[in-house]
Amino acid sequence: MRDLTHRALDTAAQLGATYADVRVVRRREESIAIKSGKVEGVASGESEGFGLRVLVDGAWGFASSSRLTAAEADRVAGDAVRIARASATALRNRVRLDDRPPAHGTYETPIDEDPFSVALETKIGLLLAADAAAGKPRGVSFTETRYDARREWKAFAATDGSYTEQTLTHVGAGVEANAIEGDEHQRRSYPDADGGPFKAAGFEFVRSLNLADHAEGLGEEAVALLSAPQCPAGRFTVILDPSQLYMQVHESCGHPSELDRVYGTEASYAGTSFLTTDKLADGFRYGSDLIDIVADATAPGGMGTFGWDDEGVAAASVPIVREGIFVGYLTSRETAPRIGRQSGGAMRADGWNRIPLIRMTNLNLLPKPGMSLDEIVADTDDGFYLASNRSWSIDDRRLNFQFATELAYEIKNGKKGRLFKNPTYTGITYEFWRSCDAVGDERSYVMLGTPNCGKGEPGQGASVGHACSGARFRNVQMGVGKW
Amino acid sequence: MSERGNPGRERRDDAGRLDPVDVLAMAERALAHAERGGATEAEALVTVDDARLTRFANSEIHQNVAESDAQLNLRIVVGRRVGVASSNRLDDEGLRRLAETAGAIARNSEELEDWGGLPEPTPIEELPAAYSEATARATPEVRADGVRAVIAAADAAGVVSYGSFSTATEAIAVANSKGIRAIQRRTGSQLLTVAMAPDGGSGYASAAAVDVGGIDATAIGREAAAKARSTSNPVAVDPGDWPVVLEEYAVVDLLSMLGYMGFSALAVQEERSFAEPGRKVGSELVTIIDDGKDPATLPMAFDYEGVGKQRVPLIERGICREVVYDAQTAARAGRTSTGHGLPAPNPYGPFPLNMTMSAGSTSRDELIGGLERGLLVTRFHYTNPVHPKLAIVTGMTRDGTFLVEDGRIVGPVRNLRFTQSYLAALAGTSAVSRERRTLRGDFGGVVVPAIRVDSWTFTGSTEH
Repeated sequence: MRDLTHRALDTAAQLGATYADVRVVRRREESIAIKSGKVEGVASGESEGFGLRVLVDGAWGFASSSRLTAAEADRVAGDAVRIARASATALRNRVRLDDRPPAHGTYETPIDEDPFSVALETKIGLLLAADAAAGKPRGVSFTETRYDARREWKAFAATDGSYTEQTLTHVGAGVEANAIEGDEHQRRSYPDADGGPFKAAGFEFVRSLNLADHAEGLGEEAVALLSAPQCPAGRFTVILDPSQLYMQVHESCGHPSELDRVYGTEASYAGTSFLTTDKLADGFRYGSDLIDIVADATAPGGMGTFGWDDEGVAAASVPIVREGIFVGYLTSRETAPRIGRQSGGAMRADGWNRIPLIRMTNLNLLPKPGMSLDEIVADTDDGFYLASNRSWSIDDRRLNFQFATELAYEIKNGKKGRLFKNPTYTGITYEFWRSCDAVGDERSYVMLGTPNCGKGEPGQGASVGHACSGARFRNVQMGVGKW
Repeated sequence: MSERGNPGRERRDDAGRLDPVDVLAMAERALAHAERGGATEAEALVTVDDARLTRFANSEIHQNVAESDAQLNLRIVVGRRVGVASSNRLDDEGLRRLAETAGAIARNSEELEDWGGLPEPTPIEELPAAYSEATARATPEVRADGVRAVIAAADAAGVVSYGSFSTATEAIAVANSKGIRAIQRRTGSQLLTVAMAPDGGSGYASAAAVDVGGIDATAIGREAAAKARSTSNPVAVDPGDWPVVLEEYAVVDLLSMLGYMGFSALAVQEERSFAEPGRKVGSELVTIIDDGKDPATLPMAFDYEGVGKQRVPLIERGICREVVYDAQTAARAGRTSTGHGLPAPNPYGPFPLNMTMSAGSTSRDELIGGLERGLLVTRFHYTNPVHPKLAIVTGMTRDGTFLVEDGRIVGPVRNLRFTQSYLAALAGTSAVSRERRTLRGDFGGVVVPAIRVDSWTFTGSTEH
C-alpha cells in the first residue's frame, strides 16, 4: 500500500502541494435485521478507496477515488491540486497547521472473538431468541432486533514522512418491543434504542449483553406504557439513567466543544457553538462542581478509541470540563494553534471519500465517588427517573435542548414507583449542568455511544463513545407540548 | 502497487466516469455470477457517483472535495431466502466474490414466509430533464465562481457568509432475473448559504436544480444577506400558540417528516402511520403528491429496484389518498410497487423521494398581510419526532424569525422551540402561496410553497 500512498503524495508535491496526506481505507460491514421473528435482512458490505488532502497556496483541496491504481493516484492528485487552487481564489487566511512529530506505528482494536468469523447461523439464532422473547407478552405489536459489525483497516501517510496502519473493529446489538393501540405507540429497547449500543470490541461484547434474558421484560413494559398515565408537566427533580444521560452529554457537551463549530466552519449546516473562545479564557462555569468531562481517545471499548486520528495525531485524553469549569476543546492541527494549543487529536473521517473533521472521540462524564445510581435514587424524596432516549433536539448554538425518553418512573421517598409514558424534558445547557447535584460512582459507569453522529457537507457519520454513570438534576422543566 | 480491475474493459471519460452502457453491463455480469451460484432470483443495483462540493465559511472557501465511486449491491434469492452484499470492487474477481457472499448469506438465512419475489419489468420513461451536461462537467472553478458571487453579496451588505455549492452526477443501473434492465443518469446541484451579521442577525437562502446553470448565486447571496441584516438584535417573545407564516425552507421539513413518519406502506402495515385512505388530515388547501417524473423536482425515472416511478397522490385537498410501495410491501398488500423502493436490505420501507405540495393562490405579501399578530419563520433546525403517530415533532426556528403585527413585519425575534403536530399544522393551513421553490429535502428534491398556519405551538426559547 505504501506504493500507492507515496505515488499520490509525490504527484501532489510535484504539482505544487506544500503539504499532503492520504488515507487508504478498506471497510467491511455486516448487518442482521430481525423484525417480529423474521429475518428481514442480512447484508454484507465492503468499500475501499483512497482520499488525498492537499495544501496549495495556503488552501485545501481534496479528491478521492475507489480505484487503487497508480494512474488513478496521479489523476486524483491532479484533481486535488486543481481544487485547492480554486479554493485559493476565495481565501482570506492561509491555512497553518501545528507541528506534531511524524506518526509511525500500528494500532488494532483488542478483541477476543472476531465477529466476522462467527457463523451467521449462530448470530441469527442469538438474535431470533431475543426477538421471540421480546414479542412473547400479549399486546406487543412488533419487535425489532438488530446486529451490526464493522471493521475498518486504514493506512495514513503524509508528506512529513508519517505512516500508520490501524484496524478498528466495532460491534453492536439490541432488541426492542413496540406496542401500538389507537394513536399510542410505545417502545422499549435494550440496551439502547436503534440496535445499540456499540463498542470497540469483538463478538464477546454481543454475547455479554444477554439479549434474550432482558427481552421479555421489554415487551411487558411496552404494553404497560400504553395504559400508563401521561408524564406530568412542571419543574421536577430528574435522575437520568446512563441510557439517556449519554445523549445529553453528546448533544449539549460534545458538539459545543468542537472548535471548528466555534470558528464557524459548520455554521451553514449544524450550526455554531455558545462555547466561544472568550469562555475558555474566562473559565466559564459550564456545570456544577461535580462535572468532569474528558475527550478520551484511549478509553477501553469506546468507539472513539484509536491509535492516531486522521491527521496522524496520537490518541490522547483531553480535559473539556474540570470541576464544572470549561477548560478545553476538541481540536485539530488547524484550529488548535488559534487558541495557543497543540491538536488534541480529534480529526476523524468517515471512510476514504471524506475529509477529516473535528469529531468527538469518547466524550465521557466521569463518575464521582460517593453514591451509586441506586443510592442516588434512595437519596431522592420526590422526582422522576428517566431512561432510554427516544427523541432529541437542540438549537444551532447548542443551548436550548429537548429530549424524550421511552419511560419515566416516579420516585417517592427514595423508591421508584409508578410508570409514566411520553416523558419529555427541556432546558438551557449550562443551566441544566449547573443544576446537577449528584453523579453516580464507578458501579454504574458504562461505555455507550452512537455509531451515526452526523456532521459536515457532504454528510459524514461518526462512531463516538460516551461513558457515564447516571446523574441527578434539580428543578428541570418536564412535560412539553400538547398530547 | 495494487493494480486491480480491467481498466481497458471499461470506457471512462476524462473525469474517470464510467460509460452508462458499461454500468448496465456490470450489473448483468453480476447477475450471471449469481445465477451460476444457484440463485433462483437475483438483482444487481449499480450506482456510480461523481460528487463535488465546495464549502465556505467566514467568507472564504475552507473545504473543497471530490469523490468518485462505483458500487454494486447484489440481492440473491434462493427459494425464499434472501441475501444482500455490496462492494465497490467491481472487477470480475470482485463480482464473483460478491455473488459468493450474497449467496452464502441467502443460504444461511431464514425463509421469508411472505417473500413476494423480485419485481417484474414495468414501463420506464426517458427523463431527459433529469440530466444536465453542464452540471456533469462543472469544474472547481465554476463552483468557486458561484461562491465568490455569494461572498460578494455578503460583503456588499456588511455580513459574513457560510455555505456550500455542490454538483453531482449519478448513474444508476438495475438488472434483475425477471428481466428488468433499467439505466438512468441524473445530475443535481445545490447552493445554500447562511449569512451572519455582526450584531447577531442571520439569514438563509438555498436553491436546488438539475442544471447548475439554473442556480443564481448572486440572488441567493443577496436574499440571505438581506435577511441577516434584518434580523440583527432580535427581541424575545413568549412561547405559546402563535399564527405563523412558514417560508418554503420550513415547509420542506413538514414534507420530509410526514414522508418519514407516515407516507410509507411499511409504516401503514406496521400500524405506526397516521395515513389512512379517506382520512381528513389537512385543510382543503393541502395537496401533496409524489411524482418522480415531475421535471420541477430532481426527477427519477425508476426506483432502486428498477420499477418505473408512478405518480402517487398522498394528500388531496386535505384527504389522505395513497401511500408509496416497494416490491415487498406491495406483495404483502396484493398490489404492485409504485416505484419507491430503496436499496436492499431496507428495514425502513419505501419512501417518497419527489414530493410536491400544490401551489395556492395567495401572494407572499398577502400571506404575511393576513397575520394580525403572528410570526414569520424562515426555517427549522434539528427537528425530531416526539410522537410519530400523532406526527408531533420538536425543533427550533433558525436564521430569520420575525414578529408580524397588523400584516406587517415589526422586527426580528429570538429563536423559539416548537413541539407541534405536523398533521395539526396541515389542518390549520389557511393560505398557500402561489409561488413555489425547488429545494433539497432530507431525501430528495421537493417543490414547496410558503404557507400560513393558524396556530403553531412554541414551547421554549433560546438566547439568540
